[in-house]
Amino acid sequence: MCAESNKECCKPKIAVDLTAANEILDQYRGKPGALIPALQKVQEHYRWLSQPLVEHIARELNMFLSEVYGVVSFYSQFYTSPRGEYTIQICRGTACHVKGSLRILEQLAAELGVEPGEMTRDGKFTVEEVNCIGACGIAPVIVAGGKTFGSLTVAQALAAIRNFDSGV
Amino acid sequence: MPKAAATKKTKQKPVPKDMAKVMICMGTGGMSAGAGEVFAAFEEGLAQRNISATIGPRSCKVKRTGCRGLCAMDVLVDIDIPELGLHTYKQVKSEMVPEIIDQHILELQPVEKWLTGDDYHKFHDKQQRMVMFKCGIVDPESIDDYIAEGGYKALAKALKMEPEEVIEEVKKSGIRGRGGAGFPTGMKWGFCRAAPGNLKYIIVNADEGDPGAFMDRSLLEGNPHSVLEGLIIGAYAIGCLNGYFYCRAEYPLALRRLEIAIKEANEHGCLGENILGSGFSFQAAIKEGAGAFVCGEETALMASIEGKRGMPRPRPPFPAHQGLWKKPSNINNVETFANIPFIINNGGDWYASHGTDKSKGSKVFALTGRIKNTGLIEVPMGITLKEIVFDICGGVPGRNREFKAAQMGGPSGGCIPKELIDIPIDYDSLVEAGAIMGSGGVVIMDNTACMVDMARFFLAFTQQESCGKCVPCRIGTKTMLEILTRITEGNGKEGDVELLVSLANDIKGSSLCGLGQTAPNPVLSTIRYYRDEYDAHIREKRCPACACKALLKFEVIEDLCKMCGICLRQCPVEAVIWKPKTKAVIVKDKCIKCQTCIDACPFLAIN
Repeated sequence: MCAESNKECCKPKIAVDLTAANEILDQYRGKPGALIPALQKVQEHYRWLSQPLVEHIARELNMFLSEVYGVVSFYSQFYTSPRGEYTIQICRGTACHVKGSLRILEQLAAELGVEPGEMTRDGKFTVEEVNCIGACGIAPVIVAGGKTFGSLTVAQALAAIRNFDSGV
Repeated sequence: MPKAAATKKTKQKPVPKDMAKVMICMGTGGMSAGAGEVFAAFEEGLAQRNISATIGPRSCKVKRTGCRGLCAMDVLVDIDIPELGLHTYKQVKSEMVPEIIDQHILELQPVEKWLTGDDYHKFHDKQQRMVMFKCGIVDPESIDDYIAEGGYKALAKALKMEPEEVIEEVKKSGIRGRGGAGFPTGMKWGFCRAAPGNLKYIIVNADEGDPGAFMDRSLLEGNPHSVLEGLIIGAYAIGCLNGYFYCRAEYPLALRRLEIAIKEANEHGCLGENILGSGFSFQAAIKEGAGAFVCGEETALMASIEGKRGMPRPRPPFPAHQGLWKKPSNINNVETFANIPFIINNGGDWYASHGTDKSKGSKVFALTGRIKNTGLIEVPMGITLKEIVFDICGGVPGRNREFKAAQMGGPSGGCIPKELIDIPIDYDSLVEAGAIMGSGGVVIMDNTACMVDMARFFLAFTQQESCGKCVPCRIGTKTMLEILTRITEGNGKEGDVELLVSLANDIKGSSLCGLGQTAPNPVLSTIRYYRDEYDAHIREKRCPACACKALLKFEVIEDLCKMCGICLRQCPVEAVIWKPKTKAVIVKDKCIKCQTCIDACPFLAIN
């Protein structure tokens, strides 16, 4: 085993229910330019793209696995490691940077005990940096569980996550 | 007259002119400030009070609108009652709604304390809103509303013209691409029309990746039909049967409203087969991006639509000859398309009468950072930076904070220092000053912003987003980033600045696409204007703006401390000891170095 046990290579092969993937792929087979939307839809359902899923997609769309992984690894919004139930995105656009988003990122990650891009141990949150989400007028901004929080201080950002945690 | 407008008249009663209207700003900015709750509170409050019975025959309609620009005052609510005129409330919360309904709508007494003041009007006075004009007026989720405001008239007019006449009109207008490079739009359309082949594509570039720019998002959220109308006109002029919106996945609301717009336009005969009975057919579809900045580059974007890695390719062949799926393709920015209906409605000459000699019309800018009124503004080309920063946006807030620089054009651009604040904003003057128009993001920095850190920030961005295809960009930006990082961490060496400049010039000269060719700009421009800050970091291991964390001591400078205690109130971990009339002390064991106190201190007394 390598030191980081959450690395893809060290994981036991996971059995994945491919029914939903098949239903999604039915809409895309044989269409030009279908790979990216197909990956997006499959990921939307499974939250992340595990190796069996990617292999299955390659097979079904009649593409080389390397081709599919080439696309998966190119775009930042395809995930090849498990994702938490909620995603906390910290906007790292310029306006947010000028208003201290790095501080928020550092403190939120410390609070949850993860590095940016990682999932918390309980599988509840994934913390990630995200390129400008275009809400610069209310910088610094985080998006937690699909809800946008703007004009934050470090303390307010921490409070937002703590409230989230307790289900408020 | 568009068929759609005709159907509307027969199907439903026209909206009475004297109706009271409540318009709520529901862009991303508004939504995160609670516009959803405010909207619900208005609907509920009006229903409870049975408004239509109370103010005579007049009914009252609540409608959602897009962003009107002044995000700092969200949620903004307009109430338009004929005998009172238009009143605008700022920072509305759902709790305030019952009082506003009772006082303003029922008693006809606007609630003065919550109304917008001079600031709001000043924000609008020097603007010239064209593409943004209808954002904040039309309901973005209703084609009927758009048509009632004069929408799709330009399309009807264009369809009666010859395609060449449409292109001629766009050429006459002198409009240049609003995506950043500023290529004349009419000429671009002409190239694609002239390219041989029957199958051609037209694409809206809504992959607004520039951090700090959000006008495309606001346009798509606030008035998606105006962009769609521009696209259909472009398709007709060039002769395209298919078109795409390539929009970032980070913009869920824009994507949803775009989807609704396309569906409604299809139902109303403004899109699809035999548009408005003209015999011209055109289909539009949405392609969602997957998170790659480089996909804003046209050839990379097309590769991405084809389902490949979004990597640029050398040109020629240019997209006008060989673009999407090797067919002639035309690609324009969202804002460019949104301008087209105005040009067709009013004529190219009219449009050309706005702006400066070489930069026509108006431009939308996103003002963010350390500025009082953050948000979107639309100003005539040629206005000065000073007017934008001080007259429209209210200057820099905070005690002892002053304007230091404006960063324009994002990671491809540069900064305009305070000495050049009188610069007129047009494509050519900005390039001369070392910045670019870019997509129109303007980040204002005050004296607490470190220019070396800004350069590092942009390089970190471009380095991460470099697709890796060509060596100068892939390795060059990484090396530059390493040098900048060591400077901001206090490990800079003599000669680092010269090395940066030499690397920058090589990368600019030899990269494959715009990303690499412009990535060094923020570094070159900060070196040009703020060389002293680089030297302070390298020689004195000091960050003059107190922003680079590794060079900070987290100590209170006693001479400057005015004993206000704000640092204690802001500190998230209570690491400050302070009592009234004593100087503050930071407890180093407790301090988590979050820099909140440094941001909060009005006297710049913490270093």
